[in-house]
Amino acid sequence: MEQAQSGDLTRLAGHELAALLRSGEVSSVEATQAHLDRIAEVDGDVHAFLHVNEAALEQARAIDERRAAGEELHELAGAPVAIKDVLCTVGMPSTAGSRILEGWIPPYDATVVARLGHAGLVALGKTNMDEFAMGSSTEHSAYGPTRNPWDLERIPGGSGGGSAAAVAAFEAPFALGSDTGGSIRQPAAVTGTVGMKPTYGGVSRYGAIALASSLDQVGPVTRTVLDSALIHDVIGGHDPLDSTSLEREWPSFAAAAREGASRGDLAGVRVGVVKELDSEGIAADVQARFQETVRVLTDAGAEVVEVSCPSFAYSVAAYYLILPAEASSNLARFDSVRFGLRVEQAGQTVEDVMAATREVGFGTEVKRRIILGTYALSAGYYDAYYGSAQKVRTLIQRDFDAAFEQADILISPAAPTTAFKLSEKLDDPLAMYVNDITTIPANLAGIPGMGLPMGLGDDGLPVGLQLLAPMFEDERLYRAGAAIEALLAQRWGGILATKAPELAGGAR
Amino acid sequence: MKDKLMDFDEALERFEPVLGFEVHVELGTRTKMFSAAPNPAHPDFHDAAPNTLVDPLSLGLPGSLPVVNAEAVRYSISLGLALGCEIAQSCRFARKNYFYPDTPKNYQISQYDEPIAFDGAVEIELADGRQVSIPIERAHMEEDAGKLTHVGGSTGRIQGAEYSLVDYNRAGVPLVEIVTKPIFGAEHDAPEIAKRYVAAIRDIVLSLGISEARMERGNLRCDANVSLRPRGQEALGTRTETKNVNSLRSVERAVRYEIQRQAAILAAGGTIVQETRHWHEDTGATSPGRPKSDADDYRYFPEPDLLPLAPSRALVEELRSQLPEQPVAHRRRLKAEWGFTDLEFQDVVNGDMLHLVEATVVAGAAPQAARKWWTGEIARLANEQGVEASSLVEPEHVAQLQALVDEGALTDRLARQVLEGVIAGEGAPAEVVEARGLKVVTDESALVAAVDEALASQPDVLQKIRDGKVQAAGAVIGAVMKAMRGQADAARVREIVLQRAVD
Repeated sequence: MEQAQSGDLTRLAGHELAALLRSGEVSSVEATQAHLDRIAEVDGDVHAFLHVNEAALEQARAIDERRAAGEELHELAGAPVAIKDVLCTVGMPSTAGSRILEGWIPPYDATVVARLGHAGLVALGKTNMDEFAMGSSTEHSAYGPTRNPWDLERIPGGSGGGSAAAVAAFEAPFALGSDTGGSIRQPAAVTGTVGMKPTYGGVSRYGAIALASSLDQVGPVTRTVLDSALIHDVIGGHDPLDSTSLEREWPSFAAAAREGASRGDLAGVRVGVVKELDSEGIAADVQARFQETVRVLTDAGAEVVEVSCPSFAYSVAAYYLILPAEASSNLARFDSVRFGLRVEQAGQTVEDVMAATREVGFGTEVKRRIILGTYALSAGYYDAYYGSAQKVRTLIQRDFDAAFEQADILISPAAPTTAFKLSEKLDDPLAMYVNDITTIPANLAGIPGMGLPMGLGDDGLPVGLQLLAPMFEDERLYRAGAAIEALLAQRWGGILATKAPELAGGAR
Repeated sequence: MKDKLMDFDEALERFEPVLGFEVHVELGTRTKMFSAAPNPAHPDFHDAAPNTLVDPLSLGLPGSLPVVNAEAVRYSISLGLALGCEIAQSCRFARKNYFYPDTPKNYQISQYDEPIAFDGAVEIELADGRQVSIPIERAHMEEDAGKLTHVGGSTGRIQGAEYSLVDYNRAGVPLVEIVTKPIFGAEHDAPEIAKRYVAAIRDIVLSLGISEARMERGNLRCDANVSLRPRGQEALGTRTETKNVNSLRSVERAVRYEIQRQAAILAAGGTIVQETRHWHEDTGATSPGRPKSDADDYRYFPEPDLLPLAPSRALVEELRSQLPEQPVAHRRRLKAEWGFTDLEFQDVVNGDMLHLVEATVVAGAAPQAARKWWTGEIARLANEQGVEASSLVEPEHVAQLQALVDEGALTDRLARQVLEGVIAGEGAPAEVVEARGLKVVTDESALVAAVDEALASQPDVLQKIRDGKVQAAGAVIGAVMKAMRGQADAARVREIVLQRAVD
């Protein structure tokens, strides 16, 4: 009986669970225990978590006590949340999926983590990721890959495969991810979940272990658009500890999502289809689902137009110069001197120890990008590489500006294919890089982007839709995203995430 | 290995020296350049234990981010304005990438092609009154590195050390680096110009109140670039950059030394290696550091964690309006206010004691008294110990010492003993007086008793005094002073002797 109830709790959307917590029908301890049970049940197969929070139940109990004492709590208080391991957490190891940070426990919380804690959410643990968020499959984690709950032989996307898989496998209703070139949206696409990359500067990066500072953005990963909006409302807003954080008043994204869902149509919304993201390299079944989705939007009153963004052709090339350049500098601090792994032998100089530590501590993909970035920044090459890439960035921003003259939001497939098989692209970095072609332009331009489900491919695996809005217009994505989610759910008889095959553990 | 040196005058006959300076100024803000950690260059935090003035950014912890210290920006703009520079409408920070264990992020946040201040000039005055204008290329903001202590080697340098200790208190201290343009035409004055330039920067910084500017503490650090070119040659010679010159005297000596060393090499047909050199105060020589080439690749790129800095024109103008007077004007005003003769004032200026005398006067001493201490006893002791006068004693303590003299608690002789105590680190003057028991004996009855005793033991002297040979009193005064262990006012003793002798 209790087992059955636990199972039910994990199946609820985050906002539904939060409502039960608010009404007192369910305690935070019950909700947290249900998810810990689910993790114990399925995570041996999925491997979404690198660390489970031993203090979770204690934190849940504290929330229950505060509620019992009549304290006014945040609407999500007591709900569990999974945290990508790229975020610093007091009391929990924060490794960014790297051997070089194995066991490192930060003395401070990332701002987003602190804000979740302040709102009373209970951290379930830290989720797996490609090492330092470099990858599109989570296979580059130093701690072994995460598997896609829809098919354990397939990748869950990356770098935030752990957060997406945790949410898709009902191990958590809410999760945090980080998106540098698609690390939130692409995993959402291939796991049938929702992920949001906010406007650059909309969410604090303080305490997020940096990959590429000018591209990184933290955001929510959930099973519904409203749930992402609720988390975004908690973690977003100006942070004086992050100089690139925007000082502006943001509207309630949850209110926008609720309005979008209840309106039930898209009348008058100008939707731009990005020509360059709907052809080359996109699988036939993904294209088919996309066309069907465009028809759904048209039927719902959207005014669909085609827009062209010719500079997108250079986006992957520019991205793979800017990212490695910034990463090569950001990752220089991992040198064994002050924290993390140290590989040393008697009689060695500090240079020897630094080199040996980085040799052992970093994986192949990380080394590849550090070398690329170091080269791109070198004297004599800077203008040709980093300088040119920055110019491409400007061109892409202009393309978006022009496109948003014609459309309120842009849409495209969120990933070119459904989830590929583990190891399939591991030996072909370029094939892996090209996988991010649809998501990268938003990071280069700093605009917000959302990934959400738009059906299943021929192989029965999730296919994702990407929505893009102009800088600062995150609200539009929640409004339109919730409307599209509602329209598609009508067709499917529920959100896509609930259609996932039962995991072996769950059938036990 | 001892360098061959050419006679200075001969070197100047054959070669033209070209100078350039990079002066780093630690700003005395309350917090660090890019974080809220306390700044060890602020007076409140001088004596902090190693690695206690740190936070995630000072240690380069993953996920930490820099935030620009607005106070440091204001200080930098003020300094730029005082150097006669333009202030950038907008400027950026850049990352200078290099691996070194004192650099917690393994990159330094600095400014590269967009400094906050550029194109200025500093007027300096030489000992003979001539004025020279030093052209300023730029002044940019950056953060300091931590401090390494190399243990186990004989030299205290990293080569040969067994291990090294790192203190990250200094990591992130706000710095302004002031870079001159090449300085031509210095000729025989090159060493003096070097010293006067650094002193001028120090005076400017002190007058702005943005740094304690203590060279011995590293608040002000000078790298001196020297190159020579044969007379008549257009192209500049290869330069060396001498570091670790942490006193004005060292700046002067190091420049002189490099001119003589390079001249000897060039005259013998050798070539100068472009390198950093290390100044050794004890041997008065430079030694090679690491080779440095213009191709040193720091892989600069714009710091993506910080937005471009665009100081408002209103702020710049506000700071401009608050600038203190220029050092040259400042000197003229002080000379007039203090009523010093030309000779007295030159003495102070050439001894590089103007700011010390000024601080002593500010602390309450009369200008003449302050001058006498610094150019007299303190200068003598500094010379004797081969150190800078400023490193011996604080101006406040000199003022306190003079106050004790003024109120009759100390004689000049006792005051000198107290000064020794202060220099020896025994505390403030009042504490030294207390601890050493050096107060003047003002107890009349004790003095009278001592005088009577001395007179009684020297009846012949007593007779001479009574006979009107007043100068004979000296022997009695000496005996009384001896009995009082010097802690009596000799003038008062004389009065008492004359009075008791005739009674």
